Amino acid sequence: MSTAKTQLACKPADYKSDIKPIWCPGCGDYHVLMSFTRAFAELGLPPEQIVVVSGIGCSSRIPAYTNCYGFHGVHGRSLAVGAGLKVTRPDLTVVVASGDGDGYSIGGNHFLHACRRNVDMTYVVMDNHIYGMTKGQPSPTTEPEFDTALSPGGTGLRPFHPLVIALASGANFIARCFSGEPNETASVLVEAIRHPGFSFVEILSPCVTFRPDEKNWKNLVHPAPVVATDDPAKAARRIMTDDGFNIGILYRGDRKPYAPETGQALVELSELEKEFEL
Amino acid sequence: MSQFADAPKIASLADLFAVAYQIEADAVERYTVLADQMETHNNPELVAVFRDLARAEAIHRDEILRLAGDIDVIAHAQRMAKWKRGESPEESDLSSAHYLMTPWHALQLALPGEERALAFFTSIVESTTDPEIKRMAAEFMEEETEHVNLVHQLLKKYPSPPESWPQESDPPVSQE
Amino acid sequence: MPNAQNLSVAFVGSGGAGALTAGSLLLEAAGAAGWQGLLIRTVGPQIRGGEAAAVVRLADHPVESLPDHLDLLIGIDWLNAQRFGAEIEVGPHSLVIGDPRGGEPPKGIAAFGAPIVAIPMKDMAKAIPDGRPNMIALGIAGKLLGLGEPAFLALFEKWFADKGQAAIDASRASLKAGYEAARDLDLGRPIVPPKAGSTQKKWLVSGNEAAALGAIRGGIRFAAAYPITPATEILEWLAPNLAKVGGALLQAEDELAAINMIIGASYGGTPALTATSGPGLSLMIEALGLATAAEIPIVVIDVMRGGPSTGIPTKSEQADLNIAVYGCHGDAPHLVLAPQSVGDCLFTTQWATYLAETLQTPAIVLSDQFVGQNHAIIERPAEIAFLGQRSRAAEAAGEYKRYALAANGVSPMAIPGIRGAQYTADGLTHTERGIPTSGAADHQIQLDKRRDKLERFNYGDHWASIEGTGNLAVIAWGSVTGAVREAIARAAEDGIEVSLIAPRLLSPARPEQFAAALRGKKRALIVEQSHGAQFHRYLRAHYDLPAAVRVLNRPGPLPIKPGEIHRAIKDWRL
Repeated sequence: MSTAKTQLACKPADYKSDIKPIWCPGCGDYHVLMSFTRAFAELGLPPEQIVVVSGIGCSSRIPAYTNCYGFHGVHGRSLAVGAGLKVTRPDLTVVVASGDGDGYSIGGNHFLHACRRNVDMTYVVMDNHIYGMTKGQPSPTTEPEFDTALSPGGTGLRPFHPLVIALASGANFIARCFSGEPNETASVLVEAIRHPGFSFVEILSPCVTFRPDEKNWKNLVHPAPVVATDDPAKAARRIMTDDGFNIGILYRGDRKPYAPETGQALVELSELEKEFEL
Repeated sequence: MSQFADAPKIASLADLFAVAYQIEADAVERYTVLADQMETHNNPELVAVFRDLARAEAIHRDEILRLAGDIDVIAHAQRMAKWKRGESPEESDLSSAHYLMTPWHALQLALPGEERALAFFTSIVESTTDPEIKRMAAEFMEEETEHVNLVHQLLKKYPSPPESWPQESDPPVSQE
Repeated sequence: MPNAQNLSVAFVGSGGAGALTAGSLLLEAAGAAGWQGLLIRTVGPQIRGGEAAAVVRLADHPVESLPDHLDLLIGIDWLNAQRFGAEIEVGPHSLVIGDPRGGEPPKGIAAFGAPIVAIPMKDMAKAIPDGRPNMIALGIAGKLLGLGEPAFLALFEKWFADKGQAAIDASRASLKAGYEAARDLDLGRPIVPPKAGSTQKKWLVSGNEAAALGAIRGGIRFAAAYPITPATEILEWLAPNLAKVGGALLQAEDELAAINMIIGASYGGTPALTATSGPGLSLMIEALGLATAAEIPIVVIDVMRGGPSTGIPTKSEQADLNIAVYGCHGDAPHLVLAPQSVGDCLFTTQWATYLAETLQTPAIVLSDQFVGQNHAIIERPAEIAFLGQRSRAAEAAGEYKRYALAANGVSPMAIPGIRGAQYTADGLTHTERGIPTSGAADHQIQLDKRRDKLERFNYGDHWASIEGTGNLAVIAWGSVTGAVREAIARAAEDGIEVSLIAPRLLSPARPEQFAAALRGKKRALIVEQSHGAQFHRYLRAHYDLPAAVRVLNRPGPLPIKPGEIHRAIKDWRL
């Protein structure tokens, strides 16, 4: 065997930038970052061919911590940025990162339509059931009885169910992961990125600062007992009735991704004005 | 052995080197992440502790590469099945980090990893029939025993902090 | 007496009477006969069956504004025609034709004392199989304007091909009936057809179409679309035409998505645009700030309509100036440009695309319903060389600084795929590398950089239309410029010299150039279609004006007509 060894193989470290995260020590997002870099290494993609797009929130800080191209935009609109990018640059791998506030509240409408549109990209939501950046207000996935300064005594509202919404809206790949299992999460991300169309990966990622109770998630999560289905009806029943800690790929569809042909001009530019000529 | 049911199968010396390498490399990664976290959150004492731990693990990682000679350990590790649920034994639990943690906490965080690594290599020594694998696994076992002892010694030096340790003098601040 | 080379006709009707179709056909036929012209549509709030008026103005020179008075008004019926009262004014010399069965003419028309000639268009149409009163009205207008029947007959083949031969035949028969009915009428003055032999090609185009073509010519290859009146035609024109040139259009779920989609596309290296109106622009403002801060070129066309809120969706107003220039939170300098005519929509949008790409910043094009939706016959606009050329970073080995300081403030932009130049575009205050920071020095440096790149750029002479020499300057912008030009021409006929200053570039302000344009001017008359005199206040904020200033401002939807401006000039005698 050669002693040159595996210098060219992609290592997770190749996908990490030199910028140190500002996340609180103990935050699940550190694990998610590890999962990203491991997944990218496994896929063997050059970092310059990957774009990580995000909005606003703790999770949305992730692009700059990777060594990929990154986009850190406004609150809730990352899926729109990702769609515009992927449709015009189908050669790139687009991963959109979000949180439960960014993705399900302010960005909720874009979530529905991104699932519907089925552009070939991967949407990762780091769900900690709380707004962390603004110090602990309830998000759409916060439990109804969870007490906060903004919702004394709890919101009393039924939590948003992102996986069901994704399925109903047409997402082509649906998975749930737990941040504390970076190897499993990385392998799900690899499959999500490879799967054509819009892939949705919800990662339960505890907030140790405003939701210390979520440290217990590691004891609640369990692998999904059966493999992913391609039958939306079965997937719906499963997702609707599971305990919210069922980890793994839950649905894999075969809808054709939305990808308009671009790049090839069919006519000369000067042709366009002909319709105006008298 | 049951606690390592999800571990990659060790069928050759190359497998053993690859797994040992991955264990050490994961440990380096995590201690480095922890050291960086402590740097960002202005806990210099812990930065030093985690950097030292990362350095020690890096020495082992590189030692494994040396011992492996011509075996392409990194490539082999990439090809091998990954640790599943429960993960690589020496991966310390990032989720138990806290910005106010003390060296005692750091050692408490490191200890289970070292102990699990020791248990893993012990389980290989006990179960393998391949003399080469047994010899090398025993060497790793010895190494891990030293680590566990070292952590225990350090723990004597750093007493457990008072219960008030996580009390914050300032509340969290809001961003973005 | 109105000039014989400048004729205006209006068709009025309701309930799907076909006034707009008659207007379009008249304009196109007149164009084929060598006229230049403008078709101004005005409609009620109904989607179908509403009252509508089409004003066709023809001349042997460019037409950029409504006429003061009509030469010919044909009421296919008068139901709800009073809604258009002030927009379709008749004068004592106007010829008004109405159907006796079409209801009472609006009071304004009766008040002028213009005679109303009765032609029973409805009854005549009934006598023709599948006959149409609007085609009879068209025939009447064609006859009175001296247009030949064959021009129309050819158009019917094109226009009604999908309706079948019966419809074409019915239209022909109706047209002939109209020519026949008008046999003994005239406009009371000779019609001089435009001189033949002009070799310049003519276009029939709306401002919205012209803007869309200008965008593609400037390099736009991606558009995101959320429909809104009166901007939708831009998007509908781009959908098939972008595909033809290798681009794409994506329909967005809302305006927030639309602007973020184009930001994503442009970040990936594809020049990108969206078009909207006031309500949509309001939703896009946050992302405009992002594109400014992250230095991502985009073009947003705002086809202004009456505001605030939903306002008057189908009618024009110049009241989005404030939001376009000042709408963003924080200090967010970006480009704001305004086309001055239907044809200028092409130039201004192409130029805006070029500037946005060159300066890596958003450009807002402030068009409006008047120039956007009206169709004009114009001489084919000259080709211009502006093609967006973004400064791009090359492959890098070390630390790439996306927001590196440069003498001209423009830093080479890395496009995903370029190795070694990975960076994160960020709306957070950032360092030269793009790393978030809350430091005062970095904030100042990047704010300076983004301001300086716009202010130091040489925009050349296109920044404004500066015409004439009189010491009274009329200062206007956007679509009212056409009416101002016409008023200045009339004043010249009275022997009054008046100059025009109409900035096409509204942001960044050009204080030196503006001062140069104002040199020697003693008085300024500011003309704008906004209730709050937004343009006047904008001028006060950025420029020194002469001591004597008058403001002629009015909200939409009533267009400011040349006659009013002419009067304001004449009345301001020293």
